[in-house]
Amino acid sequence: MKLFTDRKKARAFREFMYVLPFLILVAVFSYYPLYGWVYAFFDYKPPFPLSKDQFVGFKWFLSLFTNDVKLKQLLAVLRNTFAISGLSLLFSWFPMVFAVFLNEIKWKPFKVFVQTATTLPNFISWVLVYSIAYCVFSSTGVVNSLLMNLGILKTPLLYLQSADHIWFKMWLWLTWKNAGWAAIMYIAAISGIDEQLKEAARVDGASRMQVIRHITIPGLIPTFFVLVMLNLANFLTNGMEQYFVFQNAFNKDYIQVLDLYVYNIAMGSGGYSLSTAISMFKSIVSVLLLCATNQISKMVRGEGFV
Amino acid sequence: MRQKGEAMREKVIKHKRKQSFEDYMMDVITCIVYLFFTFICVYPFYYIFINTISSNDLSERGKILFWPIGIHFNNYVSVLKIQGLFSALKISVTRTVVGTILTVFIAAFLGYMFTKESMWKRKFWYRFVVATMYFNAGIIPWYITMRNLHLTNNFWGYILPVAVSPFYIVLCKTFVESIPGELQDAAEIDGAGTLKIFFQIITPLIKPILATVAIFTAVAQWNAFQDTLLLVTDKRLYTLQFTLYQYINQASSLKSLANSSAASSQMAASLAHAQTATSIRMTVTIVVVAPIILIYPIFQRFFVKGIMIGAVKG
Repeated sequence: MKLFTDRKKARAFREFMYVLPFLILVAVFSYYPLYGWVYAFFDYKPPFPLSKDQFVGFKWFLSLFTNDVKLKQLLAVLRNTFAISGLSLLFSWFPMVFAVFLNEIKWKPFKVFVQTATTLPNFISWVLVYSIAYCVFSSTGVVNSLLMNLGILKTPLLYLQSADHIWFKMWLWLTWKNAGWAAIMYIAAISGIDEQLKEAARVDGASRMQVIRHITIPGLIPTFFVLVMLNLANFLTNGMEQYFVFQNAFNKDYIQVLDLYVYNIAMGSGGYSLSTAISMFKSIVSVLLLCATNQISKMVRGEGFV
Repeated sequence: MRQKGEAMREKVIKHKRKQSFEDYMMDVITCIVYLFFTFICVYPFYYIFINTISSNDLSERGKILFWPIGIHFNNYVSVLKIQGLFSALKISVTRTVVGTILTVFIAAFLGYMFTKESMWKRKFWYRFVVATMYFNAGIIPWYITMRNLHLTNNFWGYILPVAVSPFYIVLCKTFVESIPGELQDAAEIDGAGTLKIFFQIITPLIKPILATVAIFTAVAQWNAFQDTLLLVTDKRLYTLQFTLYQYINQASSLKSLANSSAASSQMAASLAHAQTATSIRMTVTIVVVAPIILIYPIFQRFFVKGIMIGAVKG
């Protein structure tokens, strides 16, 4: 009997040893950086080690609210973050509608073609998106050339070098990149809706729009709800890549979202500690948002998504 | 029975035909709208491509809009001669291959190991890994960690931080769980060890999900930009994405760079073939996007499968 438990223990231990190297990787790259949050409480000036830096307590956190310049900047950044995330949230029905009407196309090859083509931009990087934007919208790009040929414009418009409607433009690029991909999830959900339900409605004389409104869309609401909740959980997280590549001197005040701001103050002006303080604050709020939305989801549909 | 069903269907179709003008209009409008969406997704790629193979002087003045004029392929030849671009290509390909192999292996192996209930504190370690999906220390703490580990200006800085990917581990684990446990038990009785079971029984069975994970990882590695931006100052480690970003932002110096390399090979002879900032930018864009477009149609079904599984889980 003892031999048996020993063998069992040995096995449990051996199996643990197999995964240990990878657990160490996780610890080093995901957990150990959390220790870096202490930099938010020091006046960190690289390349000096932390032991030579001055401990400043909550100075950086407080400075965000007491220093007028910083407060103004932070408020502008928050405004941009809220505007851009808010726009995505407001238009989060778009992929669903896209999928619903795509599903109405009866000619299969065309449907597949549209799906393939609109999903493609999801797989290219933001740098490439920017490069494409540059080629298409530059002063000799196709948009300006066409508009000038048609006589609509006299001089080329510089779309990328202006701050006009920048939030909306950012939403458009995001949608160009993601909508086709997001629609796939809804198309999967549509194929899960009972076909007999639709058939019955049609026999009863429902028009196509009525079938969509009373059967397809209600069938998609659970999926939609989960995605909106996830969107809400990521409200402060826009990612920095998109805004980093599109930012320039003209639009900087309106394009700086929280993720980009954190990067800019650290790498641009050396404010490592301030940047850490902000990203720490952001991380904590994000986790709270995730818990809250998960809780809402649990209340509404009986299960969370974490 | 069948006849009755068919008669019924015909009745339904006839019924539909009656109110079909509305239907017809809806079909037409849907088709037009989706043609438009397809156009704005495909045309930019086409537009850039026809510009790279057209006369560079026409392209510079924005005259190439719908079809190529004065086709030539010199742009591709001379762009590869620009110093640094070829090395960037090598780095991008290497990180994609190495990173994909490592991530897929780890996802499969951990996905398999975490199904073993006999493992010491299995549940705890599984949660330990999965929890990392939901928090993030921020870029500065991450950067300082990487610097302390000497992974700045180091090729492994591209690979190791993303090697263990919790989401893919969850996918693989779900897949392994769907395999009947008797298979493993039988192999164990025959004396096969954990590793042997993994390589000879599990891996062949979970190939479909591994293909999906491989595609996603490869695309992510090929597209990665932020890690170069944060970690690398050594030009020899620049990736294609990063090089492209630099090319977009330094147009004028680029032109002289390209023409000096082209002049030596006597290619600047005609204006149509001389490199311009536009031609270089567009050509590099095509070089960077080509691998994605080429593998995309082949692997689209894996992409779709991937998101379906993710949707079921998530």
